[in-house]
Amino acid sequence: MSFHDSKVTLPAGANPLAASASSVAEISKAKVKTKARSAKAMIDRYKWFEVLALYAGIAVFLFFVLAPFIEGFLVSLKPLAQLFSTPYSFIPKTWSFDAYVNMWTSVPMLGMHIFNSFFISSVVTLIVVVIVVPAAYSFARFSFGGQGMLLGMFLAVNMFSGAVLLIPLFRLMRSMGLLNTYFAMIVPGAAFLIPSSIWLLRTYMLRIPRELDEAAWVDGASRLYTLRRVILPLAMPGIVVVAIMTFIGAYAQQFIFALTFNSKTEFMPLPIGLFAFFGKQEVVWNELMAASFVGILPVMIVIVVLQRYLVAGLTAGAVKQ
Amino acid sequence: MTSTRGATLFALALLAPALLYILTIVAYPLVDTFILSFTNASLKPDYDFVGWANYQRIFTAGNFTDVILRTFIWTFFSVSMKMVIGMTGAVLLNAAIPGQTVFRILTMPPWIVPMAIGIFMWGWMYNGQFGMISGLLQNFGLTKGPIAFLAYGNTAFWATVVTDVWIGVPMVTIYFLAAMQSIPKDLYEAAWTDGAGRFYRFRRITLPLMIPAIITMSLLSLIATFNSFDIIWILTQGGPSGSTTTMIIDTYKTAMGSRKYGEGAARAVVICIFVSLFCLAYFRAVRKLQQGEAK
Repeated sequence: MSFHDSKVTLPAGANPLAASASSVAEISKAKVKTKARSAKAMIDRYKWFEVLALYAGIAVFLFFVLAPFIEGFLVSLKPLAQLFSTPYSFIPKTWSFDAYVNMWTSVPMLGMHIFNSFFISSVVTLIVVVIVVPAAYSFARFSFGGQGMLLGMFLAVNMFSGAVLLIPLFRLMRSMGLLNTYFAMIVPGAAFLIPSSIWLLRTYMLRIPRELDEAAWVDGASRLYTLRRVILPLAMPGIVVVAIMTFIGAYAQQFIFALTFNSKTEFMPLPIGLFAFFGKQEVVWNELMAASFVGILPVMIVIVVLQRYLVAGLTAGAVKQ
Repeated sequence: MTSTRGATLFALALLAPALLYILTIVAYPLVDTFILSFTNASLKPDYDFVGWANYQRIFTAGNFTDVILRTFIWTFFSVSMKMVIGMTGAVLLNAAIPGQTVFRILTMPPWIVPMAIGIFMWGWMYNGQFGMISGLLQNFGLTKGPIAFLAYGNTAFWATVVTDVWIGVPMVTIYFLAAMQSIPKDLYEAAWTDGAGRFYRFRRITLPLMIPAIITMSLLSLIATFNSFDIIWILTQGGPSGSTTTMIIDTYKTAMGSRKYGEGAARAVVICIFVSLFCLAYFRAVRKLQQGEAK
């Protein structure tokens, strides 16, 4: 009994990694190319008003998804005086990059916060990968009593948010002397990313032919050697996806642990560093937005560069929010 | 591989680090939550067991039942909106039209960027005097004066729901899209040859085949929304006057605000029980579905 079996989560034959990695680019290209050539493609033919409706629908959908970013970006380019004036205008009347300059003095530790976000996410990723690779291999290749239950137990972790376990975690961190250190954010952060990463990598490793292990075994290779020299190289693309997903997850979820377990400004990751802005009477919105954009820029670049891997990772890792 | 005993030992050794980590950081705190819920633990180092006193207090004094009810309403609206918008988005992004790939990438940002930062942006959009939503509504003459969305209970409640939907929609959309693409194409072609229209094909092929994906996604969204903390904490901290206080916010305030660890733990246990019930319901649904397939 496993928490999410691929047969259960997706319709038959839908291996999330396989189905989606190629889907975005290749399928759509193929569809456009063969248009009108066969009856098969006729099905994808739209009348002009259907095309219009589709684009209109997508425009509305994407506006909902992107409006906060567009607005946030425009706000970061408006001078503060214009921001606090009526009537409202969506497009800046005068453009100004002041916010991007002033924010470094308004939030003196901004650079440090961005560095902290990166540092915390990198260490979390390292811990998760080191722990998850052997665990995923174990689940993918061996069978022993209680294995299904163990896998189920790992995935059950996803049921409980950090918020529910905050009190004992706080006490645990305090007794380990980790409060107000990087580790107070790293240690619990990694724990909640491990289960879905095991699931994701296990799915990937199941697709590596078992004959390869057996051939190595017959040739007299030890189990550890097989894992290191046969499985690891073959699983590398899967491991890369897991590492990317973990990094993004760790970067995106820095809030509650950092809010509760750390009070030292120099260790605060970006979201918490900027959250301090919110407590103030007069929020300097254009600088807050500018700082936010500088902080998310690296992730945005990652999305564009690695979107192929992302779609694969996101859909397979959908087990975890 | 041969030699099962050695293989089992090896398999367990590979699992040990992960197991130890989860046992220490998740399982132990979970057990500790249950234990603490029967104590009067606070900031003081020692505490006593008080039996069911915490549970009696939260269910008799105060407005805990209101909080539970509010959490369910909040979750219900958020999850159903995520499903509807996510399915709509998946259908739109599945259409074979130029620009498809770009549109798919553009769907992802809310999911990928730090949640808190997206929420800051919503915080500004909801600003009554100068925010975008109130501003545009006024510009188009839809409302007379400015609306400070986060200042009134009713609007704050919906504002937090919308932000939660916004954060959840990309995941639901991309997941539904992947499920949609795994449906065999010949089913559609056969239906098309028989003269079935687009809407008919969606209703009779796509939807039925996507039921497992819909159930899974509903559960995942349910758990995420039920446990949602960041959105409400950043936008309203549970206010104004408790109108956005969900169970998680309520637990956090009790535990970290008032430092009543024992009572906070009792509230956390109630959350755990609800979440476990959701998962049980999910397993039953999945089993039913599999039995249906077997017939």
